[in-house]
Amino acid sequence: MEAQQELSGWRKWLEGIGDYVVFFTRFFRNIFTGGFEWSEFVRQCYEIGYRSMMLVGITSFIMGLVLILQLRPSLISLGAESMLPKTLSVALIREIGPVITAIICAGKIASSIGAELGSMKVTEQIDAMEVSGANPIQYLVVTRVLATSFMIPLLAIIGDAIGLFGGFLALNFTDSISFSLYFNKCIASLDFTDLLPAVAKTVLFGFAVGFVGCYKGYHSDKGTESVGIAANSAVVTASLWIFIIDAIAVQITSLLFYK
Amino acid sequence: MKEADKHIEAKKEAPEHKPEVVIHAKGIKKSFGKKKVLKNITFDLKKGENIVVLGKSGQGKSVTIQCVVGMLQPDGGKLEVFGEDITTMNDEELKQLRMKIGFLFQGGALYDSMTVRDNLEFPLTRVLKLKDQKEINKKVEGVLDAVGLLDAIDKMPSDLSGGMRKRVGLARTLIVNPEIMLYDEPTTGLDPITSREISELINRLQRKYEISSVIITHDMECARITADRILVMDEGEYIAEGSYKELEKSDNEMVRSFFNEPA
Repeated sequence: MEAQQELSGWRKWLEGIGDYVVFFTRFFRNIFTGGFEWSEFVRQCYEIGYRSMMLVGITSFIMGLVLILQLRPSLISLGAESMLPKTLSVALIREIGPVITAIICAGKIASSIGAELGSMKVTEQIDAMEVSGANPIQYLVVTRVLATSFMIPLLAIIGDAIGLFGGFLALNFTDSISFSLYFNKCIASLDFTDLLPAVAKTVLFGFAVGFVGCYKGYHSDKGTESVGIAANSAVVTASLWIFIIDAIAVQITSLLFYK
Repeated sequence: MKEADKHIEAKKEAPEHKPEVVIHAKGIKKSFGKKKVLKNITFDLKKGENIVVLGKSGQGKSVTIQCVVGMLQPDGGKLEVFGEDITTMNDEELKQLRMKIGFLFQGGALYDSMTVRDNLEFPLTRVLKLKDQKEINKKVEGVLDAVGLLDAIDKMPSDLSGGMRKRVGLARTLIVNPEIMLYDEPTTGLDPITSREISELINRLQRKYEISSVIITHDMECARITADRILVMDEGEYIAEGSYKELEKSDNEMVRSFFNEPA
């Protein structure tokens, strides 16, 4: 009996993987078939990007500010106070900015996509689209996944800039440093190998947020409870994927650029 | 004599001819896990005919029409729509077939982020690929007028009552001129007056657009008004078939129990 239960657990897990692969194939095939929904894509970019900007901005600002306040005593004790702008910019742009932005988006966007598509499933709106001969994957999934893949990198870049500004303000609480000197120091410490991998991984974070949100919503069961489950599961799974992608991206970046 | 009753009488007086079969189902089987929902479903839907499927909840009535439209694959049996075997169709063939079939869901299934106008434009722009806005507007207004909801054109679905949502849902399926309509409990959850209005609307639209229909319902008034033929389903099989009047006098206790319900 126990062995049977274990087998059923494995079978469910494998079926889940199979569903992900099938859903990804359908998504990928629909990107290249005609009839891209430009108006829905633009609407999603607005919903996902513009409406998350305030949250990402405030969080990044606080992160920049707090990081400077936390780093300052340590760097002073090492006699490296002048390294503060450099340390902040490298930490923020390479790692903290993209990951924090992606995690915020997982909480805000993946859950909202999961809940929206979940409730559309429960109220048979997705079925209605399908039986009418329209393409719900094209209209609902492709637009949302591409919008998150496009907007989350933009949000991360904006968040990085705001985070650096937060750091500038924090430095000026105790010291006095001009705006141009601070930003020159920040930018001088960065190069192509800091910026490109950071932006590239935010595209993957964006994809994970959109894809997981759509998958969970699209595959939710028919019941009001399942909408909540889809939203919750979308956040948890997307957050987990963000950390997995980050870990892999760091390894690849290290191999390629920091030998 | 009421409008609906006149229509029932008119149907009876119509000359007999051999109509074309649009849906042919023979020995359809469908299981979910160990539960056999459809055991042996056999029926023909003729062109211009209204079939009503009666049965207790959970007997697989909705599963039957979901198989017809390709939402579910039957496990066995033969299912032909317009002479084509639906079980062997690829995605594109299924899409082409679905353009000829309208499906009215229980709650209307309106896209709740869109206005009524956008809901109706959706199949025109996405399925029929119409581009001319004047033609789109004409079709949208025409079909809304047919269901008596032209005033609601710019409303959101959340601003509509249950009956209005079903009417808009009906308009959205009719806008692509389907040849077959599948109604999944069109009057469930509505008050008796609105139920009767919807049933009469189904008849009116059937005459106007010459549609063949399968209507899943428990509502005997709806069945009386709309049915040319009634199929009674029990435990995954049809146990009786006939007109409303024939089945009313059936010897089968289960069949009679539908007709003896207080109105």
